[in-house]
Amino acid sequence: MLYRSHVMVCGGTGCTSSGSDNVAAAFVSEIKKAGLDKEVAVIRTGCFGLCELGPVVVIYPEGVFYSKMKPEYVPEIVEEHLLKGRPVTKYLFGETVSEKEIKPLEETTFYKKQMRVALRNCGIIDPEDIEEAIAMGAYEALGKVLTTMTPEQVIDEMKKSGLRGRGGGGFPTGLKWEFAHKQKETPKYVVCNADEGDPGAFMDRSIMEGDPHSVLEGMAIAGYAIGANHGVIYVRAEYPLAVKRLQIAIKQAREYGLLGGNIFGTDFSFDVEIRFGAGAFVCGEETALLNSVMGRRGEPRPRPPYPAVKGLWNKPTIINNVETFANVPAIISNGAAWFSSIGTEKSKGTKVFALTGKVNRTGLIEVPMGTTLRDIIFDIGGGIPDGKRFKAVQIGGPSGGCIPEEHLDTVIDYDSLISLGAMMGSGGLVVMDEDTCMVNVAKFFLEFIVDESCGKCAPCRIGTKRMLEILDKITSGKGEPEDIDRLEKLATTIKDTALCGLGQTAPNAVLSTLRYFRNEYEAHINQKKCPAGVCQALLSYTIIADKCRGCGLCARNCPVNAISGQLKQPFVINQEACIKCGTCFEKCPFGAIVKQ
Amino acid sequence: MDKVTVTIDGITLEVPSNYTVLQACREAGIDIPTLCYAEVINEIGSCRLCVVEIDGVRNLPASCIYPVQHGMNIRTNTPRVREARRVNLELILSNHDRNCLTCIRNTKCELQDLAERFGIADIEFQGEDVNYPLDDVSPAIVRNPNKCVLCRRCIAECQEVQNVFAIGAVNRGFDTLVSSPFYVSLNDSPCISCGQCITACPTGALYEKDHIQRVYRALADKRKHVVVQTAPAVRVGLGEEFGMPVGSIVTGKMVAALRRLGFEVVFDTDFAADLTIMEEGSELIERLKYGGKLPMITSCSPGWINFCEKYYPDFMENLSTCKSPHMMLGALIKTYYAEKMGWNPEDVYVVSVMPCTAKKVEIERPENMHDGIQDVDAVLTTRELARMIKEAGIDFVNLPDEEFDQPLGMSTGAAVIFGATGGVMEAALRTVSEIVEGKPLDKIDFEEVRGLEGVREATVTVDGLDLKLAIVNGTGNAKKLLDKIRSGEVEYHFIEIMGCPGGCITGGGQPIHHPNEMAEVRKLRAAAIYQADKNLPLRKSHENPAIKQIYEEYLGHPLGEKSHHLLHTQYTSKPLYRVTR
Repeated sequence: MLYRSHVMVCGGTGCTSSGSDNVAAAFVSEIKKAGLDKEVAVIRTGCFGLCELGPVVVIYPEGVFYSKMKPEYVPEIVEEHLLKGRPVTKYLFGETVSEKEIKPLEETTFYKKQMRVALRNCGIIDPEDIEEAIAMGAYEALGKVLTTMTPEQVIDEMKKSGLRGRGGGGFPTGLKWEFAHKQKETPKYVVCNADEGDPGAFMDRSIMEGDPHSVLEGMAIAGYAIGANHGVIYVRAEYPLAVKRLQIAIKQAREYGLLGGNIFGTDFSFDVEIRFGAGAFVCGEETALLNSVMGRRGEPRPRPPYPAVKGLWNKPTIINNVETFANVPAIISNGAAWFSSIGTEKSKGTKVFALTGKVNRTGLIEVPMGTTLRDIIFDIGGGIPDGKRFKAVQIGGPSGGCIPEEHLDTVIDYDSLISLGAMMGSGGLVVMDEDTCMVNVAKFFLEFIVDESCGKCAPCRIGTKRMLEILDKITSGKGEPEDIDRLEKLATTIKDTALCGLGQTAPNAVLSTLRYFRNEYEAHINQKKCPAGVCQALLSYTIIADKCRGCGLCARNCPVNAISGQLKQPFVINQEACIKCGTCFEKCPFGAIVKQ
Repeated sequence: MDKVTVTIDGITLEVPSNYTVLQACREAGIDIPTLCYAEVINEIGSCRLCVVEIDGVRNLPASCIYPVQHGMNIRTNTPRVREARRVNLELILSNHDRNCLTCIRNTKCELQDLAERFGIADIEFQGEDVNYPLDDVSPAIVRNPNKCVLCRRCIAECQEVQNVFAIGAVNRGFDTLVSSPFYVSLNDSPCISCGQCITACPTGALYEKDHIQRVYRALADKRKHVVVQTAPAVRVGLGEEFGMPVGSIVTGKMVAALRRLGFEVVFDTDFAADLTIMEEGSELIERLKYGGKLPMITSCSPGWINFCEKYYPDFMENLSTCKSPHMMLGALIKTYYAEKMGWNPEDVYVVSVMPCTAKKVEIERPENMHDGIQDVDAVLTTRELARMIKEAGIDFVNLPDEEFDQPLGMSTGAAVIFGATGGVMEAALRTVSEIVEGKPLDKIDFEEVRGLEGVREATVTVDGLDLKLAIVNGTGNAKKLLDKIRSGEVEYHFIEIMGCPGGCITGGGQPIHHPNEMAEVRKLRAAAIYQADKNLPLRKSHENPAIKQIYEEYLGHPLGEKSHHLLHTQYTSKPLYRVTR
């Protein structure tokens, strides 16, 4: 059926949690009430990216962008926009509205510098309807590969494209496929790593939720290239929406003959099954992932042998992450030359990032490799809220590192980030402002690592714990000057000797903050001060006598009776008794209490 | 095998292309330190002490799992390597109960050796250390998690070698712990008490349940007649504890030491091994004649019995009903011998010196009690006996040879070979053949059933019947064979199964060697066992005059009523987990 208008309601995780289900329901019922249900379709899409402004709704054919939608706005939009053809500008995303015109989304600063390859269909199609995906070109690349290319040609095309693994390591995808292709052992397997576990990351989740067919198609192409008929998607059970949409996509693809036996009438067969992860971060490491799929304890095993030689059930296996697979059909359809024209010399194409933290527009973005961090944070992200100063951006998840202001103009690619002591990782970007204590940040990420270490190798199991204990000591004011040396010594050994990627990158948060913010560590240790005023144990609250009016509010609210004084006289805090809870600081109406 | 050329610390050498870097280094005369590494069974690269620098490799790979490549340039003693090894060792030590003086493995600990070798003077990285309760509920094995370095060699033995799966890694990160599932005690787990985990452990995290103290108490008790018996495998292992070469036969010194320790009577379990052959051989002949359950499977190894009752209860009818030899002897000491001596059975205290930890459980089986009295009161492992001898200050190496007491100390070569895998089978064949065929054997040695492979098969013709035989050591191998029998793939008449790889000579109670040395240790101890057999004048169980005497005086005939009462037992299916509410 054809409709004159489409109401696209974001069904990504961000907008779903900000209430897009109710918005969509309101549209359905209001449209029905207005008798427009034969003319206007309501579609739940994948993530648009601007999660900060959610729930978001885009209405086509105009392509206008409603932000922060509420069900109570819906009757007016149906009445005005859908019935009378007048977009309701007060609900539109402000940046798109000017006196003369309503700008399309692509021209907003958030989208202007983006380039959507992996996310090409997210926010555009109904991810639960294969026909919408097909209308956007899904499975064309698979058809092309199966009917006009040899596996060698596919691998060659992938190698020429310069695509590198988007899961963190950045290993050239074509090369990986070639290794597996050359193996004589059968059966072979294609595994999709959808165990996205970095705090704050939701790139892969958004792709699976917004365009699951791109992943299935990429896997099938990989299967053809290496000679595998069986694919496994290892996805976290904590991603129920992604799981549901993958399941629907697999079912529909089978019904359409795009998965299963004799795809496109060729003798190539390929099917995909889903395996659930229980949420262990380490299972994102490829060999631990394989163990988990095989029903064993999720622990890495030594490499070599690499999975391309001995992988799932000890058979040749390629493991690529969701975003990598999502890029594959685009490369096949548009050609390696097109893809390799995007990006930098050694990092081709685009990269999806989850932009979070102290930044105005948090959300999901995709930019060409080679974009600068400044462009991402200040143009796309709209800068730092509340006029605060930028301090650092943490990139690459717990294994990544913190990059300070002086390197904001670095172009993003795999190698530049490594040289800065960070890594691409799977694409988490956490922006931090001046109120952030970098020692505390290092501690936060290390806590995550200590929690998630599998416990197999000694340096990661014990070493990261010892590092965390030292950081605890430093942030609680008990640091000694030798602690920095100890941290560095441990970090070096863990990096050098841990068994897997998780362990080898575990010290990065500490190493990069030591590299760029060593003075903060020294302030904690030598002056017993936390420059950002975050570490409770290092703070002291004092009353400035000149500013104190002697109202006594502070003393009345102090839970430990540490403040004394006479009314109308300056009050005093007994530092010995003070538990640094900050209540007085918050209660003082005259700003007479300072935290240092 | 193809060869590749590698350079190690400037020395260029050719090594087989399937070598690991560690193997290549050892061939080059460089002893890379290791802790978790156990050839074949535990190549997991978890301790990270064997790291080396390799040109072109970014980090420091673990040499134990890193394959060599042609042209590889390896450096094993750079500042970076030394620092990394030291830091990792200090980290392991920082989370280890370092009360070495009171540790059962003091001076026999791989971790201690490493600390000594690295000259660890101070542990820089102090912090929280694990503090878990001791698991000492099992009658056989004690687990001290605070001594555990998580090398997982015990897990490899339990899972990969023995297929028992009583222990594994639980929790993760710093909280990782070797434990049974759901933290149940070993006693309530699928554990078969074989003790192979103990011999795999580099530290004092696993050891046998102490019986030394109860033995000392009995020895000090004036009313008690303390009788000791020793298993065949003990005499080829005990000497190692006193610095003697592996494979030394120390039967006479052992007997002398036991007398000096104060045991009133020193008997030989070998006597009961001969008796076992009489009973078990007769049982086999009966089963073959009258269509009894086949294949008949030996029952000397309590580790194997535990495995059968827990994992293969459908094979319980196949088990010979014979008690294990030391249990037979225990029963006879408290009846036949006590009567002979005019002792009240309640005043007789029987101690078995065994290469085995499962025997500590076996003596508590209700089937092994009569009138509320245990047939055997204490089981000392070979290691425990060595400790007692050391504590007493007995100069073991220079002891004169002494003889066992009689009559229950007389035995044949057929009995001593019980200690090695294949020995029970061979001993049975020597007797069964002669009895059935009614004429002396042409050749006493049944070479076809000897060897150390995990599963061996042989066919021996006895009186025109082709007896199909299998010999298995290690419960992991037993599993393989039993699964094939279950599926009908193979058929046998008689099977010998020993719970421990190699049989009793490398049982869980024997002197400890590094897992990488075990293949050689097995070979040497087995050779000693067969040498001991050769050294004896009588080599067939039915020729043992003391055996003839006891049947005449007391038991009547094999499988008779007295035998049934004293020498045979029954089996009960056991759950893998004992659930307590």
